[in-house]
Formats: sequence, structure tokens, C-alpha cells
Amino acid sequence: MLIKRRTPWTLTENDVTPKSMYLSRRRLMASFGAAGIAACGPRGEAAGAAQEAETGLRFTKTDYFPAGDLTPVEAVTGYNNFYEFGTGKSDPARSSGRLTTKPWTVAVEGHAERTGTFALEDLVDFNRLEERIYRLRCVEAWSMVIPWVGVPLADVLASFNPTSDAKYVAFETYLNRDEMPGVRWPVLDWPYVEGLRMDEATHPLAFLAVGLYGDVLPNQNGAPLRLVVPWKYGFKSIKSIVRIRFESEQPPTSWNKSAAREYGFYSNVNPNVDHPRWSQASERVIGGGSLFARRDTDMFNGYADAVAGLYAGMDLAKNY
Amino acid sequence: MADLNAFAKAALKPAVFWLLAAPLLWLAWQWTAMFAGWPHTLGFNPIETTHHFLGETALRVLLITLAVTPFRDLTGWAPILRVRRRIGLFAFGYAALHVSAYLGLDLMFSLRDLWADVVKRRYITLGMAAFVLLVPLAITSRNDMIKRLGALRWRRLHMLVYPIAVLAVAHHWLMEKGNQPGPWAHAAILALLLGWRVQRAARTRIAKRRAPAARA
Repeated sequence: MLIKRRTPWTLTENDVTPKSMYLSRRRLMASFGAAGIAACGPRGEAAGAAQEAETGLRFTKTDYFPAGDLTPVEAVTGYNNFYEFGTGKSDPARSSGRLTTKPWTVAVEGHAERTGTFALEDLVDFNRLEERIYRLRCVEAWSMVIPWVGVPLADVLASFNPTSDAKYVAFETYLNRDEMPGVRWPVLDWPYVEGLRMDEATHPLAFLAVGLYGDVLPNQNGAPLRLVVPWKYGFKSIKSIVRIRFESEQPPTSWNKSAAREYGFYSNVNPNVDHPRWSQASERVIGGGSLFARRDTDMFNGYADAVAGLYAGMDLAKNY
Repeated sequence: MADLNAFAKAALKPAVFWLLAAPLLWLAWQWTAMFAGWPHTLGFNPIETTHHFLGETALRVLLITLAVTPFRDLTGWAPILRVRRRIGLFAFGYAALHVSAYLGLDLMFSLRDLWADVVKRRYITLGMAAFVLLVPLAITSRNDMIKRLGALRWRRLHMLVYPIAVLAVAHHWLMEKGNQPGPWAHAAILALLLGWRVQRAARTRIAKRRAPAARA
């Protein structure tokens, strides 16, 4: 007898029709409408899992769906942190318009057989995009549920044939004074850098996103290429990546450099280890129905079954 | 000119009142708009927006209070001193709303959680200390209290506003993530306002020391 064991974040396709699906269907219909072929409803429906609107992406439907409603797209794109565009939550949406995402290249360096500068299209296989609906938990104790579109990070990293010296992967965000008004003030030591241990980076949940809610990533959410590591605090999921380096030593990370006591290298979501200035036991649900919507924070943001093994034997209060 | 001065004196109190009430009216309007489903600027985290708005307003009004005396010294326009207590009361009012919003919207009026936060989180310790110290100043801001305390004792008590301002700026400083310009700006303004007083006190002391010599 075949026993299919489901992980806690998984629902079957029959359980839900993700909002992104019917939204992108609507968008598709609208684009048909605009083209003057209004009477093609059935074809719009038949498009099924792979969707493509004018600016949209073609991707396969997700197997990953956590409990809880999707955060409305307006909240995902209108409330977030991207300090290069300002420290206010609506600053990124307001001031990221000048970010140039085409063409986009990523420098790949360090302990790998295949290094060099790669165009985004050569890095990410746009014919194999998939959707991942992940919980996002910000270190500031708020959370969202977001449908990303992208590829597993492990696949991209494997394409460079990292050598056995590659113990860590370091990432770097784009930096341009003319396009990013927030970098005029040294809020952080620019450019923004992040890193993962190799086994974290190659974990099936680690994801490289190029899209959000079926469309290409809006600038404020880290266009055109960003990391999504759902079991870690949001700041680990570095945005607008221009450099990937395979390292033998643990690379420096921006928030750790800014305040080491508050932000560790691992920064796994952990309700039992408080931030020195606030509790991490619960989180405010952004865009939820109620003003006061809160939920208890889950260990590893609800992905403990999948990732706890990465940290076996580690003291998570010390390695925060 | 005399007319203008008289008008300014007459209009000063209501003008200050409405100017300082405006942020609160704006906030109330935003909440009304939100509940009515109209466009508003509270964003997707209205509670956080409200905390920051009330806290920043309290701090800025407090700094304005501290700017009144230097303003009088620089311009020589003494009538401005009549609104100093009024501005200070507004600072207290915004601080009280800030604390109430935190207590009501975040802690659901749990005094136990409040105490836990005050003990554990340094920026809350400092912020709470600033607010607690503001209370006696607000209570004694009425005319009859000045009479009851006596001008000298009243003035000494109200010198508490200096440590309060330092605590409030430190509270903001410790709360922000990263190295943000806001706390720097507030700290710089406070340093200027306090520096002005130190400098003035030093000058007065020198003048007093010289005065008898000049007479001799």
C-alpha cells in the first residue's frame, strides 16, 4: 500500500484554489478583453495551471500551501522593508520606480567550477518556474502568506558545480545611489549582504523568486531576483541579487554587522528566543481581516518538520 | 506695530492650540476614513503607524517646548512665553495617547505585560520613565499650582523637562533598527537646545562675577 505522507505545509491541489490562480485568470481574461476578444471565457478557464498574462509568468501550480489566508497583493507590495529605498514601510513601493532591472546580470564567484557573470535568463530557467506559497515572518514580529514564483535555489546553485570547499553561499544586493534614495544615509553598511550555510541553501524549501502573485516581482519586493528562505526571518531573504559567492568561511551579513547582539547569522524563526527589544512569541498578521489579528509564531515559521534536522545538536539560543 | 503685537498676543493661544491639535485631528480623520472604507494613509499596519505617529509627535512637541525660551532670547518677543506651558501640555497629551495606544492596542490593558516590558526592554524602560516624570509637570501646569508651590519650587520641579527630553530621545534612539537619520536629528536638536541653556547659564555666571568688579 502506498502511504503518501504529507508535510504540514502541504495541501493537495483539490483543497484550495489559490487566490493567485483566480486573480491571474481574471488578469488573463482582462487582457483578452482588452485585445477585443471578449468572448473567450472558457479558454481563459482552460488555461489551467500554466498562466501567462501580458506581464505575467508561466509557472506550475504549487504543492506548498501553509495554513492561513493569502496576504492581499496590495499589502505584500505596499508594506515591506527594502531599506535601500527608505526605512518606512511604504517607502519601497513609493521610491523604487527607478530601479533598472533589465538587463540584469549576476556575478557568480568563489568555490565553483562554473563562475562568471550571468544574465538573469541564463541563471533562472523561465520555462521551469513554479509557485510556492510560503509564510513570511519578519523579525519585527509581523507576518504574511505570499505566493512566490521562481525556482529552487538548489537547482540554480547546482548548475555552477560548487566544489567541496563551498561551505557557505554569500549573496549581495544591487547598489546604485541614483536609483536607491535610501542608500544616501548609512542605515546599514551598503551593499546589503546575506549568507546561508550550504546545506541550508540547498534545502528544497530555499527558493529563488522572480515573481509574486503570478507577475514578475515588483521592484519593491526585490526585482528581478530574490531569495526566499521561509523558515528564517525575512531579512535573510535578500532582494535584488547581483552577486552569489561560494565561500569556505561563514560570510558576513548586514544586520549582524549592524547589531550582532540582535541579529545572528542563522536568524531562524524561533518563538522561544526573543529579540533583545521585543518578543518573538507572536506576530501581527498583516492584511488580515482584523486590526488586532495576531497568531502565535511557529518554530521555524511552521517548517520545523522539514528543516529542524539542519540544526540538530545546535543551541538555538546561542546560534540565534 | 503695537496693534500687530496686540493681535499676535490675542491670537497666539488659539493658534497654538489648533496647530498642536492638528496632528491629532489628522490621525482621528485617518482612522475614521479607514473604518468608513475611504482612502487613508495608515497603511497595512495602522496600529504601528499610530504608535509611531503619536510617539514622534510627542517628542517633537516636547522639543518645541524646549525651543520656546531660546526663541524668546533670540527674538526678544516675550509673549511667546505665555504658550510654553500650553505646548508642554500638548507634549504630555501626545505622550499619554502614545502610552495608551501601546497599553490598549498592543498589550490589551494587561498591566502585567506592561511591567514585564518595562523591566525587560530598555527602550520601554526609558520611554516609560520619561512619561512618568511628565505626569507631575502636567499636574502642576495650572496657575494655581504655581502659586501653591511657589515660583522657585515650581521652576525647579519643571527643570525635570531636561532629563525627560533626554530620556525620550534615547527611547526613540534605542527603538529604531539600524542607523537611521530620525534619532540623529532629534538628538542634534536636543543637543542644540540644551547647549543653548548651558551657554546662557555660563554667560550669566560670568556676567554676575564681573558685575561687582565693574561697580567697584
